[in-house]
Amino acid sequence: MARLSKEERKVSIMTKALELFSKEGFYQTTMPAIAEKIGMSVGNLYNYFTSKEMLAKDLILYIANILGEEIRRINESPISTQEKIEAIVHMYFRIAKERPETIEYFLRVYLSNREVFQNCCEGMICVSAFVTELMIFFEEGVRAGDLKDQDFFSAFGLFMGYLGGMVFLNGEKILPKSLESYEHTISDNIYNALKSR
Amino acid sequence: MPSNPAKLKVIWLQGITCNGNTHSFLNDPALGTLLETIEFIHHPLLPCQKTLKELVKKVPKSDILIFEGSYNAAFERAGVEMRTLLPALAHKAKHIISMGSCASFGGIFKENDPEHISGIVFDRENASGPLKSMQEKVITLSGCPAHPKWLSFVIDMISAGREILVDEFRRPKELYAYLVHNGCLRNEYFEWKVDSEHFGTKEGCLFYAQGCQGPFTHGSCNKILWNEVSSKTRSGTPCVGCTEPTFPKRELFTTKTYMSIPSEMPLGIPKRSYLALAGAAKSFHIKRLEERLIDDHA
Repeated sequence: MARLSKEERKVSIMTKALELFSKEGFYQTTMPAIAEKIGMSVGNLYNYFTSKEMLAKDLILYIANILGEEIRRINESPISTQEKIEAIVHMYFRIAKERPETIEYFLRVYLSNREVFQNCCEGMICVSAFVTELMIFFEEGVRAGDLKDQDFFSAFGLFMGYLGGMVFLNGEKILPKSLESYEHTISDNIYNALKSR
Repeated sequence: MPSNPAKLKVIWLQGITCNGNTHSFLNDPALGTLLETIEFIHHPLLPCQKTLKELVKKVPKSDILIFEGSYNAAFERAGVEMRTLLPALAHKAKHIISMGSCASFGGIFKENDPEHISGIVFDRENASGPLKSMQEKVITLSGCPAHPKWLSFVIDMISAGREILVDEFRRPKELYAYLVHNGCLRNEYFEWKVDSEHFGTKEGCLFYAQGCQGPFTHGSCNKILWNEVSSKTRSGTPCVGCTEPTFPKRELFTTKTYMSIPSEMPLGIPKRSYLALAGAAKSFHIKRLEERLIDDHA
């Protein structure tokens, strides 16, 4: 079997760490526990990440890049603004289903433990890849006359807060139906709330 | 003792104008020196050899024809329509300078009659003006008004027989390759995305809310200062983009945004790159840049 490069090895460590962080939370997850999960010595783990905080930071960058790339593909598709909203909702719920640890990490680690990130991820730096694509989505929607011109964060909060909230409820097993069964109505609600009159 | 070289013979003709470029020219502190190298066959204000009536009676040759103001074919000077007078003078001139944005692109006056008013070579961005066939000898000095030193630069270059490199609108690159943003004292505020909330203050960038067009306007206003001391942005007023063929735009003192994002990006900067960088810069709070530079109440 071919040896993994250092970068590939890092991604493989992050994938495992992501599962632990999203399940146990940031403080309950220790570097020895991560090392044990991937079958690596703790000392060796520190060769890849100099601290748990640095690993946490790389994880949020990693997730923001995944989401950013997905939204970029949607932004660059020749579809209407309303269809883009549907596509973003679908993509977000798909990731929440297929890779729940990514969204869980975002909600339960990154947003819930801001003190961990305050010295390395000021403001939105670590989620820039994701936020930038949403900025482009909103800007193009307003420019095309499809969306109402308003403060970016008013629209951002409505869109992402809604999706995050639904994924959270789903994670808590409160939703009576599957997440994807809400896609259409949620997309409609978002479009109706944001569209130009 | 070497004899003095012959002075360049210059004709300054006005189309539809507010006289702004003439006044700007008279503000050149080096005007006295310049007048040692040129002599006016005709100028609307300065002492000169011929009156307007004499000028149109027998159109003379000239080294430089300076045209100020917008062009309208039916507009008359001394009873002669521009459609006749301008080409006649232009044919007999070695060099032509389109002085100011009205002469260059149509400018403010074009707003009144867009169909009939244009610049002498360009009608906004299109090279469809009356002198388009002789544009090779035209130098564009757009601006509202053009800076007097831009004019003396061109005259000095012509006088010295030097080639003037020009851009797509025939503006000298030496003067217009820069953006008004270059040399702006507010660049640090631009870098860190600190807005200016008011006109006339020393602090903050005027791009985000006040409509400043410095990041996409060609001109050396922050390199060759006005009255040798200042510029719009230095005194706390946004650049209104007066050197561009798109001038005048509407709502000059407001930045058009879509969902809080400027509708126009700094020249040549892809939107995605700008937003990523701006988002990162906005994440930091630089205390020094959020304070008054000089606090009267400290």
